[in-house]
Amino acid sequence: MNIDGVTTGIVLDHIKAGKGIKIYNYLHLDKLSCSVAMLQNVKSSKYGKKDIIKIDELIELDYEMLGYIDSNITVNFVKDGRLLKKEHLDLPETLTDIIQCKNPRCITSIEQEIEHVFKLVDREKKTYRCAYCDVEHKEYK
Amino acid sequence: MEKNFRNLISITDLSIEEIDHLIDVANDIVENPDEYIDICKGKKLATLFFEPSTRTRLSFEAAMLELGGSVLGFAGASSSSAAKGESVSDTVETVGCYADIIAMRHPKEGAPMVASRRTTVPIINAGDGGHFHPTQTLTDLLTIKRKKGELGNITLGLCGDLKFGRTVHSLIEAMLRYDNVKFVLIAPEELRVPEYIREELRKSGADWKEVESMEEVMHELDVLYMTRVQRERFFNEEDYARLKDTYILDLEKLETAKEDLTIMHPLPRVNEISVKVDDDPRACYFYQALCGKHIRMALILNLLGIK
Repeated sequence: MNIDGVTTGIVLDHIKAGKGIKIYNYLHLDKLSCSVAMLQNVKSSKYGKKDIIKIDELIELDYEMLGYIDSNITVNFVKDGRLLKKEHLDLPETLTDIIQCKNPRCITSIEQEIEHVFKLVDREKKTYRCAYCDVEHKEYK
Repeated sequence: MEKNFRNLISITDLSIEEIDHLIDVANDIVENPDEYIDICKGKKLATLFFEPSTRTRLSFEAAMLELGGSVLGFAGASSSSAAKGESVSDTVETVGCYADIIAMRHPKEGAPMVASRRTTVPIINAGDGGHFHPTQTLTDLLTIKRKKGELGNITLGLCGDLKFGRTVHSLIEAMLRYDNVKFVLIAPEELRVPEYIREELRKSGADWKEVESMEEVMHELDVLYMTRVQRERFFNEEDYARLKDTYILDLEKLETAKEDLTIMHPLPRVNEISVKVDDDPRACYFYQALCGKHIRMALILNLLGIK
């Protein structure tokens, strides 16, 4: 299957197969007026299978959120058909309003419109703890 | 000493040097009380207690009064606008207009951190649910320092509910930073320390062990920190009935203890220490409550930038 290359825009490459749709939704790509292509299960020499998202416009990206969902993603910025820069993501030190604390004893369960903040406490094990109650977030693993 | 912290939310906000400084000031308060009598004149402490407390609230208030300052506040959520649904942020932002420093207890974990983000007034965490209670840990450290002369080179026994007891977890974390502390964890299998504490003990390289019987290790201990074994922590009544007496300290169990043992308890006590032990010179739990006032005086002075 062939999808046209991006002339000026962003290519999110090396997305873990299956996570493309999650990123599509988190970035609200359905709200964009430019062309957006999401490829699933593309053959990859590195990972076997991967997802790719191509966005035909240079938009602001939430690196914190992207890094949390998949820190192996490569972000390629393309301008006039040429690769402008390539960025590799990392697990962010802090997550703000990306995941929610599920501890019913946490202040975030009752305080209005409070930011949900998580801190990375173990990079190797990808462990995040709520900045308020210190309870570990389990969903990621 | 320069103050590096603006609030006290967790005991780990403090370096060993900062703890040492607070202990020095607490001792100076006892040695030179006249110097401190009016040191906080014109300053106000607000005690915002969204859940009940005896020792912590009264010791904060006594501490501020002894420094010549004034106190205001409430002693239960029902007597504040929290009962009308007001948020912690709004309550604290309002109280920040009236007070110079705030001590706060709240049933929700992390509430003092939320408070600290909404006001420039220093916030002291006076207990947030089962999470942190740093001024209790400071109290415990001051008591051990005064009784033993140092915070290292001791065998510390912790007995009772080591699973849910937040004072125990904080004390272990704080004492792990000192040299040559041996930890003896005395608890039934159901109430042993959580895995993350065990992990910290392993990582630290400290000497530690877990036992079920108090009598077995009594002779080794320099400090015995008692906590309450609560009925509701057990899955069934038989287990509770079988174990509850094992963790009640009485004069008979003290027979093999060292003559200079320091017996501590964060209080309130229910029945885990026999009242007959109260007259034993080794019983230090009411002295510990006094230490709580002294260290809170030192903390108030520090956070207000006075000492």
